[in-house]
Formats: sequence, C-alpha cells, structure tokens
Amino acid sequence: MPLTEIRVAGFGGQGVILAAMIIGKAASIFENGYATLTQAFGPEARGSACSAQVILSDEPILYPYITQPDILIAMSQDAYNRFMPELKPGGTLLIEEDLVRIHDLPNGIRIHGVPATRLAEELGRRLVLNIVMVGFFAAVTKLLQPESLRKAVADSVPAGTEALNLRAFDKGFEYGLMELKSESAESQPVDKWIEGLPH
Amino acid sequence: MTADPKGVLTGIHFLDGDFACAEGCLAAGARFAAGYPITPSTEVVERFAQRIPLVGGTFIQMEDELAASIAIQGAVWAGAKAFTVTSGPGFSLMMEHIGYAAMTETPCVFVNVQRGGPSTGLPTLPAQADMMQARWGSHGDYEIIALSPSSPQECFDLTIRAFNLSEQYRTPVLLMMDECVGHMTEKVVIPPAEEIEIYPRRLTNKPPEAFQPYETDGDLVPEMVHAGMGYRFHITGLTHDERGYPAMSPVAQDKLIRRITAKIRNAAERISMREEEGIDGAEVVVVSYGITARVAQRSIELARRKGVRVGKLRLLTVWPFPDWRVREIAKQVKAFVVPELNMGQIAREVERASCGAARTVPVPHAGGTVHRPEQILEAILEAAK
Repeated sequence: MPLTEIRVAGFGGQGVILAAMIIGKAASIFENGYATLTQAFGPEARGSACSAQVILSDEPILYPYITQPDILIAMSQDAYNRFMPELKPGGTLLIEEDLVRIHDLPNGIRIHGVPATRLAEELGRRLVLNIVMVGFFAAVTKLLQPESLRKAVADSVPAGTEALNLRAFDKGFEYGLMELKSESAESQPVDKWIEGLPH
Repeated sequence: MTADPKGVLTGIHFLDGDFACAEGCLAAGARFAAGYPITPSTEVVERFAQRIPLVGGTFIQMEDELAASIAIQGAVWAGAKAFTVTSGPGFSLMMEHIGYAAMTETPCVFVNVQRGGPSTGLPTLPAQADMMQARWGSHGDYEIIALSPSSPQECFDLTIRAFNLSEQYRTPVLLMMDECVGHMTEKVVIPPAEEIEIYPRRLTNKPPEAFQPYETDGDLVPEMVHAGMGYRFHITGLTHDERGYPAMSPVAQDKLIRRITAKIRNAAERISMREEEGIDGAEVVVVSYGITARVAQRSIELARRKGVRVGKLRLLTVWPFPDWRVREIAKQVKAFVVPELNMGQIAREVERASCGAARTVPVPHAGGTVHRPEQILEAILEAAK
C-alpha cells in the first residue's frame, strides 16, 4: 500500500484510540506492513475532541506525524469541524452519520456514513461503536484485509468480549458493503432513478 | 548468559516506546524500579508496575525523584537489577544520584523521556534538549554512557543494551528517549529469551578475606558483592580507596577518578553504536539521533534526488561521543549537518571533533514537534554549496 495517512477523531469515551490501534495492528502485524500511531496527549485527550493519527505503508515510515490525511474518520461534530479542513483534496471521509452534520465540504471528497452508535446499541452495547466503525472502514476503504482487521480486533479488546466485538465489526462491515452497493446503484444513469419510486 | 524467560514477552506486539522500554527492562532482568510519575515517561513504570507481580519483583512509587534515583541503587546492592524513569524536571533532581552511581560504580539505568524545557516546559511534547545535561549534569569528573532510540523497537533493544553496558562497565547508563518516540506505537518484535544476550553482574569469586570492593587487579572495572553474601563492604560517595573507605588525599582522588573515566574512555569504540550509510564519497554527512534521525532520513532521500551526495551518521550511542569517527569523516566531507530538537548541543561536539577539517551546520529546533524534512533539506543544500 502506498503511504496512507488516517486520522481517527471523536470525543473521549468513543474508543477513538483503540480504533486507530486496531487499524495499525492489522497493517503492521497481520499484513506485515508498517504502521505508526501517534496520538494527541494533554487536555484534548481527556475531554471533547480526541484524535489519533495512524500512518500505513509498505515501507518503513520516517516522518512520524500525519501531514494531510487521506482518510478522516469523524465520530463527532467537533472532530468533523476541527479536522475536516486538513483532509487531502480527493480524500475519503467516514462519519458517524447520526452525530455529524456535513457542512462546508469541498468538492471531490468521498463521503461514507454509518450510524455506528445505533448499530452498536442494536448489539446491546453502545461501547462497541468504535469497532462498528472499524468494520465499516474495512468495507468502504478496502485498504486492509477484513480478516487481518478481525484478528486485530480479537487481539485488542478485553478478554471475554471478543465475540461481541467481532459481531460489531461484522455489522459495520456489512453496513459498509450495503452502502457501497447502494452507492453504485445511485451512480446509474439519472433517468433511471427519476422514474423510480419517490425518495 | 541469556535472558530469564519469565520476564520476556516473546512475540510480535504493537507497542508504544514507553511500553517497549518497560518490556526491555523486564527482558534485561530488571526486577526493581522506583519512580515518581511525570509525563511523558509515566507509562514506562505503569507497564512495569502492572507486569512485575507476574514476573516477581517490586515497583515503588517514591515521594520524589531524589528518592527514586537512590532507592534503585539500594536495590542494586541488595542484588537486583534496577532502573528509574523520568523526564526533564525529574532528571534535574536525579543529577546528584547519577553522580553517586558513577562514583560508587553502581550498575543501573536511568530513562529520560525528554520533553520541552527548561523547567516544566512542554510536558506532552518532544525535545532532545537534555543531551548535554546527560553528559555533564552531575558535578565532578566522570564519564557516562547514553543511548538514543529512534523507534519503539529500539526502545526495547537499547534498553537491554543499556542494562548490559551498565553491568559490564559498572556505571549508570542513560536511555535518552523523547516524547515522540515514547508515545509512538509501532510493531515491536520481542525475540525468545534464549536469543537475548545478558551481561551478568560482575560478582566476585574471591573468599571474603581476600576481597576488597574497589580492587581491580589491573582491570579497570572492579568485582561486586551483594549485601547478604557474607562479605564486609562499604560504599560511599566520598573519594575512597580499594577497601571502599573514605580516603581524603590527592593520590586517592587521582587514582579513582582516572580509573572511573578511563574504564569508559578506553572502551568508547566498543561501546559506540552507529548507523552509517553513504558516507564514502559524500560531500555532506547528516549527524542525528533519536526521533530526529527518522526525519533526517527523509531529508537525505530528498537531497539525493536533487543530486547531492549525502551520507548518514546516526548515533545510537550519543555518549561516549565518537570523536574518532567524526574526525575521520571530517577529512573527507565539506560539511556536517546536525539537526536536533535543541538549540545546538551535539552540533558542538561535531564541531569540536572535526577539528576544523569540515564545516558544521546546526539545524536547531526548540522542540514541541519534530523538524519538517524540508528544514533539514535546506540545510543540506546550503552545506553542499
């Protein structure tokens, strides 16, 4: 994979750092590539906006910080407001669609939304929303093998919660696949959907 | 000998530099740590404190850094391998006891995860501004060993190296990390215990009646005993004779200080670890260490694309400084470029060691983040002119 910069951002308690850890672990341990994770320390890590940066590459990573992320995973409005401006032109934006309202979006950004918190609640634990998000990330970005990410999930979550977290991953993954399908349906010729049912 | 498997978490991990350092301590056989919490170093002892009950050992959170840095030395004389961890402000407080360890020849490891200073400075952000403090911070004449890792993997590897050097030369060894490396998470491979070389403590075989704690038999490093082994011995920070008793004379001072400096100076080439690449035929050589070496590597690649012949000299061992190597290279190149997260500390060493044969171009940075690769590139291009 060419050098890919990812920022995962949300608010404290959403499991932002763990989500980034899982992505980095999948890339560096289970796909034998390179990953460097850094995170903001200080007051911002304990309250409102919390963010982690992970860089993936086939080659050793030299510069430790992200400069212009290719992918932004925004799990809160704050995270979107704060980090959206730095997203690379033509980059990919993943959002928790119930928590983020899109505004001032430049052209050419690919957006994918998932109601991660709601899907996690359907599984009985809101806490696993970050893992839903990782599953969704796997499906829509196709950057890493879903199997490596599943291994990284099982390897990173507290003992005894593996099954629940893997269900959360699968739920996010399936949602991502469906979203991709409906997206490709939307890109059909325009007249086709104008004739279709009200939307 | 090789590592005790109890402390070795063999496998492939995704760890930050602080955790990797803690695992390095455990793998090296450290079974005692004392510390006082300070960002960005606390995670090292947090991890150690969590793991040590499973391995068998002790962590004590002391009342301050003075206490921590002397508690570890008590533990060493009682038979443990021991270390403490801190950052700038705490490192300042530990200076007295780094000198004590040098004077009493107590093998132990001090980890400094450097942050921006002076004073409380930038607790959560990186710097490399304690490099001269590492060399000269304690009063009096002594030599020191200091290592500087560039990645979490090296935090593990060089921690083990730090313990081994401390045992081999009976000296405090400083592991000079920085906030960026400490809080950066990457793949860390921990080998099986039988692949980890451990330098054993230099315990004496002599019977108690023939043993003198600071007698060296022509070698420069004396043998040790532990409390409880049945030997009488005395340890003091005062100038002492072979028996370990205070000896207030210029003769005793001369003998002792010459020996404890010579044991490091004479072994400097063996202690020094460097990564060198592209130096033959280079016009400019970049000298760097720690996190800055990674950024510098990027700048070197950019400069090569512009046709500049650039070499790399990365210092894994910063102290003792490789004077001899810098002097050799100085005869072949136009200039050295020395990026570091301080206002120019190791740059002075490069300038001193090159004896005027090549120019030194410092690339100072006050810390808080790392250089931009373009900053170092500019200096390389300027130096190549």
